[in-house]
Amino acid sequence: MPDRRAVTAACLARLLARLADRLLARLTVALTVGVVAAAPAAAEIGADTIGAADAARLERLVRQDCGSCHGLTLKGGLGPDIRAQTLAHWDRDGLTQVILDGIPGTAMPPWRPLLSDAEARWISDYLLDTE
Amino acid sequence: MVRPIASTLLFATLLFTVWFNALRADEIRATGDLGVVVERATGSLLIVDRSDRAAIGRVEGLGDLSHASVVFSPDERFAYVFGRDGGLTKVDLLTRSIAARVMQAGNAIGGAISDDGKLVAVANYDPGGMRVFDADTLDPVARFDTGGKAIGLVDAPGRRFVFSLWDAGETWIADLSGAEPRVTRVTGMGTNPYDALITGDGRTYIAGLFGEDGLTMLDLWDETPEPRRILPGYGRGEDPLPVYKMPHLEGWAQAGDRFALPAVGRHEVLWVDARTLDEVGRTPTHGQPVFAVARPDGRQVWVNFAHPHNDTVQVIDTRSGEIVHTLTPGPAVLHMEFSPRGHELWVSVRDANRIDIYDTATFAKLGEIAADTPSGIFFTARAHRIGL
Repeated sequence: MPDRRAVTAACLARLLARLADRLLARLTVALTVGVVAAAPAAAEIGADTIGAADAARLERLVRQDCGSCHGLTLKGGLGPDIRAQTLAHWDRDGLTQVILDGIPGTAMPPWRPLLSDAEARWISDYLLDTE
Repeated sequence: MVRPIASTLLFATLLFTVWFNALRADEIRATGDLGVVVERATGSLLIVDRSDRAAIGRVEGLGDLSHASVVFSPDERFAYVFGRDGGLTKVDLLTRSIAARVMQAGNAIGGAISDDGKLVAVANYDPGGMRVFDADTLDPVARFDTGGKAIGLVDAPGRRFVFSLWDAGETWIADLSGAEPRVTRVTGMGTNPYDALITGDGRTYIAGLFGEDGLTMLDLWDETPEPRRILPGYGRGEDPLPVYKMPHLEGWAQAGDRFALPAVGRHEVLWVDARTLDEVGRTPTHGQPVFAVARPDGRQVWVNFAHPHNDTVQVIDTRSGEIVHTLTPGPAVLHMEFSPRGHELWVSVRDANRIDIYDTATFAKLGEIAADTPSGIFFTARAHRIGL
């Protein structure tokens, strides 16, 4: 019969390891988002930049409003899957263009009336880099 | 020795039964004034009491509920929740727990329950088509593979389900009244139907088109329904405005002797004569309408809007077609549900994490309920309406 204390200890260790994993993953995402948000700011001094508050607003826009066609998890709906792995063949500029001008003849609308170039670029980076 | 133990046990059981029944008696409740609110981000369902204007419980673990919709069993006890991720969950409103759950597809858009309450159907984006399940057990009963996204699924009298295909521009009428399912395919519905409704009498199916200015109607009383275009060219050749959220069509469209329908790519509600299906007018609105829902008596139509105008709700007087009131409940108004007789309207305000309750006669706010990113609100009275 296995020692009950040993089993409990093993379970606890596994649980802790999983928690640590999750924390690390979250930290990585936070860092990525931080770097992404910082990137445009560093690239173009003087142009309108995306601060932390704007980043939170844009992330919400992506999840909720892009999400009304592409799904809250961006796995797709009426619109296609737009998770990073599916968008791998897109570059930042091409994607930014699609966000700003839409795809005529499809349900993808132009967001230029609602978003600045910098905001669209931030969204491209967010989509391409978020796990 | 055995006998005293046995009789003690019997007595204890009896006591327990009496106590348990007394407890249950306090809890006996009807479900006719209950409802559910979809909490989209957390994958939970808030159970609400309409009369008390209060939340009475929450059921969690329903998956991705963005764009989730709900139908009810005929006894108004069970809610069937259709999740975006293909999850179909049967929720018991009385025990506030999950009675059954299946992952039936990768990506789903909506569902319906048959007129006899025995079958639940789901329209799927991926893999495209419709699947039908036993309402009791959620065991699979039938599947209709379409090879493309299915939208606008409704129930129709005679144990039928009707849905349309976004890519192919077809409508399928699936008849499950016989031993084998039978499908009638109607082609030529138009370019990119995005949603559809069936009228409260179960006779007229109307599909909204994204790809062209107009809607298409089918008379389901016909043996082989022919598509008939309504409001053709309502955009008058003008370039459509960007559509940041697809409008919804629901069985609440009929207001008196006319239908109120959201325009696509235009900031307008379109009015159609319910008998002739000719345009009888249009009302300019604050933004691109998402829902245009008639109060059950038809006297008013309430409209909410797509991003970035989604903080506002407008009320149109049916007779004059004039906007008689404009409310700004808050950020991201996603859905509205009338009390069955229309004296109250419940509004979900997603980004304020709140349900607002309005008096539809005075427009006064009567109360609010905290909810986590609420979207759809569904009252159990829907159980007894065709197409809901």
